[in-house]
Amino acid sequence: MSACNILFAGFGGQGILFAGKFVAYKGLLENKQVSWLPSYGPEMRGGTANCSVIVSDEPIGSPIVGKPDVLVAMNLPSLDKYENEVVSGGKIFIDSTLITRKVERTDVDVFYIPATEIANEKGMSTLANMIITGKLLKEVPMIGFDGIDAPLSKVVSARHQDLLEVNKTALKLGYDY
Amino acid sequence: MGEKVLMKGNEAIAESAIRAGCMHYFGYPITPQTEIAAYMAKRMPKVGGVFLQAESEIAAINMVLGVAATGKRVMTSSSSPGVSLKSEGISYIAGSDVPALIVNVQRGGPGLGGIQPSQSDYFQAVKGGSHGDFKKVVLAPASVQEMADLTATAFDLADKYRVPAMILADGTLGQMMEPVELPDSAPKAFDKPWALTGTKCQRKHNICNSLYLKPEELEKTNFERFARYKEIEENEVLFEEYLMDDAEICVVSFGITARVAKNAIVEARAKGIKVGMIRPITLWPFPEKVLRAAADKCKAFLSVEMNMGQMIEDIKLATECKKPVYLCNRTGGMIPSPEEVLAKIVEINEGGDR
Repeated sequence: MSACNILFAGFGGQGILFAGKFVAYKGLLENKQVSWLPSYGPEMRGGTANCSVIVSDEPIGSPIVGKPDVLVAMNLPSLDKYENEVVSGGKIFIDSTLITRKVERTDVDVFYIPATEIANEKGMSTLANMIITGKLLKEVPMIGFDGIDAPLSKVVSARHQDLLEVNKTALKLGYDY
Repeated sequence: MGEKVLMKGNEAIAESAIRAGCMHYFGYPITPQTEIAAYMAKRMPKVGGVFLQAESEIAAINMVLGVAATGKRVMTSSSSPGVSLKSEGISYIAGSDVPALIVNVQRGGPGLGGIQPSQSDYFQAVKGGSHGDFKKVVLAPASVQEMADLTATAFDLADKYRVPAMILADGTLGQMMEPVELPDSAPKAFDKPWALTGTKCQRKHNICNSLYLKPEELEKTNFERFARYKEIEENEVLFEEYLMDDAEICVVSFGITARVAKNAIVEARAKGIKVGMIRPITLWPFPEKVLRAAADKCKAFLSVEMNMGQMIEDIKLATECKKPVYLCNRTGGMIPSPEEVLAKIVEINEGGDR
């Protein structure tokens, strides 16, 4: 069975849940089974935020990602907490602006993207999440980069449709990095 | 049916309720069900309905009783400690023989407990939960789609039998998003000659009341009510069977833990262990017949729950203790992992845990 278990993790305000929702919607529009489960409660209010996203060809059992195939870590506590949970052969995406240490494991593929730095340089400081997601789309074939427009227009709220282009640009910046 | 959209379980309940013709929502905020109230606050004014944030859970449930007496579809939602506060009103709704929907998006307890998901209100939901001889229909969704579908079912059953119905969900199901298809069809209509709608001086007035000072009368209404409960038990049991054809071990689990158990069952099957699952969808009425039949075929049962073992008692009753019933549980807001459930299945298969 083909399934991709993704864990997005960072701190509140980085758009962790948004990035996860985008990936889930992309799967949905491609007729895959998807689930999205956020952390909720006190840790979201100023602490770590994370969300489990599963994209699968088969019906999804547990929506909780305990052993991710793909980890997106956007701050150090998230990497410290989840590095050892990633399955062997899995992929870790790191915002290397905010996480200066390297991944210790050698049995996973690691991608270091200075997403926050790129976002600041390009004047899109709130979109580091989408830059790192762009890289994920490139490196995780089950998700893929084709067809990003439709899911973007679903997750960008109706009154912010002017932000579609900049989100797209952010995804491309990550894809090309 | 419309297109598939991504929705939180809480939002799916709210939207489905509106589509089922529920134009009255009364509530009081509590995590992790807040999205239901938030969604209602946004949508109800646009569809000509009523959203009212009451001064307390107790006020909200009594407003529900008031609208229910008029025969209009009405609901409230809360989470565990809030549902305890509503319990008096739920008994009054049952005693007044009026339909209403109560949603419990459970969190850890007892007391104020925590805010992470739990199933520890099972006893409260299915064993009455407040004073008097009464039951309520209790539905346990296990997906966002079921959060929507069973909300409509709950309204229908409540109307059909004039009973309170409860959706017993948990924080995970409330917060998670999955694709959901919402019905476009018109809600089912039920005749409600008992409703308090104004007589226009053309009929005898109806009375909605739960006070009977003559014991003979109270006994009679209780007997009549339990005759309806009997019909519900005979006609409205819902469950899902998963890989049960050749199963030697039967997992019994509802709601989110049934999803976790499914992962474990797939893994166990890969190891050659013959294991399946019966997932109660109605917790009351409990799927007793299918469990009793399974007790003749299977060698053991495993209850997977997020509490200290509550449904396990109903499994033992249903199976008449013919086979051992084991427990795999976490509590206090913790969720069992598929690995934990798998380990338990393996242990039972090897004849351990006696």
